[in-house]
Amino acid sequence: MSAVEKGWKDVPIGGLILEAGSAKKYETGDWRTHKPVWDKEKCSNCMICWIYCPDASILIKDGEMSGIDYKHCKGCGICAHECPRKCIEMVLDTGENGEAGAGE
Amino acid sequence: MQVSKRVAITGNEAVAEAMRQINPDVVAAYPITPQTEIVQFFADFVSDGKVDTEFVTVESEHSAMSATVGASAAGARAMTATSSQGLALMWEVLYIASGLRLPIVAPVVNRALSAPINIHCDHSDTMGARDSGWIQIYSEDAQEAYDNLIQAVRIAEHPDVLLPTMVTMDGFIVSHGMGNAKLLNDDVVKKFVGEYEPEHYLLDVENPITVGALDFSDWYFEHRRQLADAHTKVKDVVLQVAKEFKEISGREYNLFDAYRLDDAEVAIVVINSAAGTAKTVVDELREKGLKVGLLKIRLFRPFPHKEIAEALSGKKAVAVLDRADSLSLMGGPLYIDLRAAMYDSPGPRVKMVNYIYGLGGRDINMEQIAGVYDDLMEIAKTGEITQPVTYLGVRE
Repeated sequence: MSAVEKGWKDVPIGGLILEAGSAKKYETGDWRTHKPVWDKEKCSNCMICWIYCPDASILIKDGEMSGIDYKHCKGCGICAHECPRKCIEMVLDTGENGEAGAGE
Repeated sequence: MQVSKRVAITGNEAVAEAMRQINPDVVAAYPITPQTEIVQFFADFVSDGKVDTEFVTVESEHSAMSATVGASAAGARAMTATSSQGLALMWEVLYIASGLRLPIVAPVVNRALSAPINIHCDHSDTMGARDSGWIQIYSEDAQEAYDNLIQAVRIAEHPDVLLPTMVTMDGFIVSHGMGNAKLLNDDVVKKFVGEYEPEHYLLDVENPITVGALDFSDWYFEHRRQLADAHTKVKDVVLQVAKEFKEISGREYNLFDAYRLDDAEVAIVVINSAAGTAKTVVDELREKGLKVGLLKIRLFRPFPHKEIAEALSGKKAVAVLDRADSLSLMGGPLYIDLRAAMYDSPGPRVKMVNYIYGLGGRDINMEQIAGVYDDLMEIAKTGEITQPVTYLGVRE
């Protein structure tokens, strides 16, 4: 977690979050046990994974899928389940972020 | 000093009057004996246009506290009121109110918890909520309940504190008993409580915030540590608010009430209405030349342990009267706290005993309290405690 160097005196009381969009800073990728591995060659860019992903972790560039955001992907596997061409496979995560796909 | 009027009034009426004068933005409440009248009187004030309050009629106390939490998070001065099973049903939301640091104020009319079902007074309801993170202020009579509720608004909303606060009084004995009280004028109370101006609130659309976000092992501990820190600030704020309240009322409040305690050799520690009975016993025994005194708790959470230990240090024997049992086999909740507080008190160890009394509304009378002082004087003389915990007034 990025901000653990701060102490209890440094954060807003009551667990309040005082800025919008801060979920982006909360990296949930380390909750994952299995990670989706994307086969770019088989992908037709139908965007079904993008629609279903509950964590907005399917990355898009110029209207096409460009990879997976492993900093936020929790490894739920919905993308792999929904993909009509079976081009996303869930594999045991070895902890090395970004080794598969073109994500961050 | 401002003019105030003296009235014959029940505890519930006095508390409802205080709520009318506080004129909160939102009240969400559900009726339960013996608190019902507070909500009933307040509903009349709403219907008659005497308050500006949005009154939310809910289907349970869980919803009452939830709606109050929502209103408070939105930026409203929000109140509710309950008793016994109602407080029990609020339980999980009590912790949410304190954890979110919402300065909700709630009168609680003390009543026994089921089972067996019982509508009369004991303190098992609020004692059970003692670790919920709420400030707890106890009241001996209608006057104190009225005064404490008005002060509670200022204590809860103080920027150093921001904690929900419950103000208690004894069910039926005080809530329905007609007593003598001086009420302040409306404008005086209005000025005293002032406007609630939260720093962060949900209806502040220019500055959007998130309330109640997920808080895992990375930050939960820090937020609980903040909660403990806030409780360390309460004592000074209670005293400061009491000082200001004296200026408008002439009535003096402290963390606790020390009655003929300074030169006392033995003392009783007690909460709420039984303190009134016990003070009369103290006066009678003092007339006989016996050095007896009393300490009545006002602020129970946070517990002003240092001040209490100082006040009781040097006594030969102390009896703590609990109107609730902890079932720990170490006595009632007040006794356990008192013994912990006295562990570090200066001087020789003070002999302490516990009397659990009045469960389910069982009366406690002057003879019984005089009997406790007899026991204390015997302990003071012999230095021997034969029975640390006594159930006072139960049929053997």
